[in-house]
Amino acid sequence: MTWETVIGLEIHTQLATRSKIFSGASTAFGAEPNTQASAVDLALPGTLPVLNEQALRYAIMFGLAIDAPINPLSVFERKNYFYPDLPKGYQTTQLAEPIVGAGHVEFALADGTVKTVRIHHAHLEEDAGKSLHEDFHGSSGIDLNRAGTPLIEIVTEPDMRSAEEAVAFAKKLHAIVTSLGICDGDMSQGSMRFDVNVSVRRKGEEKFGTRTETKNLNSFRFMEEAIKQEVQRQIDVIEDGGVVVQETRLYDGDRKIARSMRSKEEANDYRYFPCPDLLPVAVSAEYVAQIRATLPELPDARRARLVEQYGLGEYDATLLSGDAATTRYFEHCAGACGDAKLSANWLLGEISARLNSEGLDIRRCPVSADRLAGLIARIKDNTISSKQAKQVFEAIWNGEGDADTIINARGLKQVSDSGAIEAIVADIVAANPEQVEQYRAADDNKRKKLLGFFVGQIMKASKGQANPGLVNEILLSKLNG
Amino acid sequence: MHELTIAQQLQGLAQKDYSSEELTLHYLARIERLDARYNSYITVEPERAIDAARAADRARADGSAGALAGIPIAHKDIFCTDGVKTSCGSKMLNNFIAPYDATVVTRLAEAGAVCLGKTNMDEFAMGSSNETSFYGPVLNPWATDSVPGGSSGGSAAAVAAHLCAAATGTDTGGSIRQPAALCGITGLKPTYGRVSRYGMIAFASSLDQGGPMTRTAEDAALLLNAMAGLDARDSTSLDTPVPDYTATLGAGIEGLRIGLPKQYFGAGLDPEIERAVQAAIAELEKLGATVKEIELPHTELAVPCYYVIAPAEASANLSRFDGVRYGYRCEDPKDLFDLYTRTRAEGFGEEVKRRILVGTYALSAGYYDAYYRKAQQVRRLIKQDFVDAFAGVDVIAGPTTPNPAFKLGAISDPVAMYLEDIYTIAVNLAGLPAISLPAGFAAHKPIGLQLIGNYFAEAQLLNIGHRFQQATDWHQRTAAGIE
Repeated sequence: MTWETVIGLEIHTQLATRSKIFSGASTAFGAEPNTQASAVDLALPGTLPVLNEQALRYAIMFGLAIDAPINPLSVFERKNYFYPDLPKGYQTTQLAEPIVGAGHVEFALADGTVKTVRIHHAHLEEDAGKSLHEDFHGSSGIDLNRAGTPLIEIVTEPDMRSAEEAVAFAKKLHAIVTSLGICDGDMSQGSMRFDVNVSVRRKGEEKFGTRTETKNLNSFRFMEEAIKQEVQRQIDVIEDGGVVVQETRLYDGDRKIARSMRSKEEANDYRYFPCPDLLPVAVSAEYVAQIRATLPELPDARRARLVEQYGLGEYDATLLSGDAATTRYFEHCAGACGDAKLSANWLLGEISARLNSEGLDIRRCPVSADRLAGLIARIKDNTISSKQAKQVFEAIWNGEGDADTIINARGLKQVSDSGAIEAIVADIVAANPEQVEQYRAADDNKRKKLLGFFVGQIMKASKGQANPGLVNEILLSKLNG
Repeated sequence: MHELTIAQQLQGLAQKDYSSEELTLHYLARIERLDARYNSYITVEPERAIDAARAADRARADGSAGALAGIPIAHKDIFCTDGVKTSCGSKMLNNFIAPYDATVVTRLAEAGAVCLGKTNMDEFAMGSSNETSFYGPVLNPWATDSVPGGSSGGSAAAVAAHLCAAATGTDTGGSIRQPAALCGITGLKPTYGRVSRYGMIAFASSLDQGGPMTRTAEDAALLLNAMAGLDARDSTSLDTPVPDYTATLGAGIEGLRIGLPKQYFGAGLDPEIERAVQAAIAELEKLGATVKEIELPHTELAVPCYYVIAPAEASANLSRFDGVRYGYRCEDPKDLFDLYTRTRAEGFGEEVKRRILVGTYALSAGYYDAYYRKAQQVRRLIKQDFVDAFAGVDVIAGPTTPNPAFKLGAISDPVAMYLEDIYTIAVNLAGLPAISLPAGFAAHKPIGLQLIGNYFAEAQLLNIGHRFQQATDWHQRTAAGIE
């Protein structure tokens, strides 16, 4: 039996505004609990919401980036439910008249195939606060700093057919919102949270299967794992003669297990109705046109530019344009050191490997673009060998300063003085006449081995500082000459 | 001093006949002596009032006095006042000290008005008799066995008993005009959006509007000058320029076209009230106005429409009272559900709970179209009735209430109580301004003439009221025992 997976996503994207969607309180992450909650965010009696225009602009920018119509009259509604981190007892959101209408996102799969996912709509809403269940001796704490942070909820059509597709789409969406500068893209801090709707059906069947929704996945890896696990669970249920129950599920990414949160029967009646405290949001065609005119470069355009302007290959350009911060890092570094190819290699090699292994985002990279450029400059001018460069990189990563400081402190300067190297080479050749004999008598294959022996001796004698290129050149001329 | 209007007190203060401190102490002494009889105040703040009065006296001395400098007023306990209990007439907020001032409170303070305290009201402004207050009913100064009307009953009684020079009120379905009528004072409900709702605890957000409750139309104009205007913190407040409402007082009303809605003079109207209102309209005709009968065909739908929309909005507005962050919390909650249910069961009174249930029902899946959406459609028809009427007349006149103040406990059926607001409710649904003016008596209790104006016609309504009060003395009558 072959099965087909059907996936739709809902993505909560925090907008990078300085203040909240309906109050003047700051949206900065990580402050002491409840220090960034104003009277409005606490839902004190008598307080009223006022829409933050920046949040509206950001939502419109997103709409334009996905080629969607902007609703000239969108409406905020109240979604009613009780929860301690929801201070008003309702969430102010949009339902029937969202700000962004239907659009689409194109993205490439690993094999190069281009795929399109349709966006059903995107709407503006406020985030809730957080419930803290630890350190309160059996009670729960409430932190309302996040309450009122502006979000756009992006809702896709059920257009994805595998976990890999869903992740590729999610990464493209991440690239779009970070390129627009409307979201900081920092998923570890909840800036983008994915709800995945998954169902399975027998290949060839037209009717969708019963779907489940797994909420609040905040990394691409968790998303991929959660989808794969859920697809398998659903297939197992059906193949065992059971039926999939429509329900909301939670995935614990650390323990890699999912559990049911609530079934459809327990679902709330949210009693949506238009919020009488906020007038319908009127957006003129001129306003939209003005935003369109100042729209930043989008990932597809950026990739094309990286190929054109820096002579990068398509593959590198795709990787470097995936995220606005990565592109910024690359362009800054390439500009400062004057070598795009080396900049790309280091960024996609050493840096990205280290970021991955430490679970860091490019924005939190301990090696700044300037410092990487400084390191590359010393490689280019032969001050250090590429082997030494790895050492220096490690030291920069550990916060020991910039490349020059570290090179000086550790005495890592590569010796590129050919006279000095000639002297060392001459000493080594003179000290190993037997090996010289063998070398001269040997075939190419054996010569390589012996060459390694000489280079090793020379590097040892130079305490690793001899320029390997020069060493090779001089050694060969001595041995062959 | 307490028998004087604000306009007269301002003159007395300017002429140094008395200081604001003396005036304030005088009112505080009256409250102390008389309010046990009426229960019109929930909170009296003597120290703050005296401090504010002294500040007003200093401002007067150095020439920086605002337009209402030194005038002692009271705020309905629905307006948040920084550092002072703001209960909204509910056990739910009996322990709530607001950490900020409502915009109305700020603006009146900036004009120099002195706040004596906070007045009693129906719980969360839900009521037409002031009997739903957690702090006990307010009694009508004209007949202490009768209600003062509601929900701004404390403000109306305090003004009528001369326990403040004026008071603020709020009007969602008649809550300024009806108690003003039943207590024999002047009450203005401004155009929706004219006065900021920021800091005014919401009952039904699309209907709520704050306004002045005073002895005279002239005093109402003085208060509205300070209260009205755009507020960046209220998205529904309007940017229309605010005129000086006192500037046009006294203008002639010759040629004014008054419409009398057939539907406001039909069955259910107390005959004494009908006679008094007809006499008041005849007075306006003597001043040069012309009268014609008009139709407001959807009048009978106003009460049912209102009792879907207002409870629906209230059901969401009152969700924040959950025992989590402020206000009443039940003892020893077992779990979250228990915390919510017992806090709300114990913290809210019967009428509030009834309206939350009605509103929740009207918004529920499967009922929304039949109730909430239908009510919104009806609301548009009601508004259109007025738009059509104003094509042919300048103002609409009629009774404020169908009956004079009824006895405490006399109306126990909620629907019968709702019908007491039959002439006032449509005005809120349409968002129009309206004023209630003292216009005589029925069963020896005061009754009101209601004038409904077109959008932003407050100056016109105040002027007609002022002309009427120059020609009549109903507004000067005081209840026995007021001295």
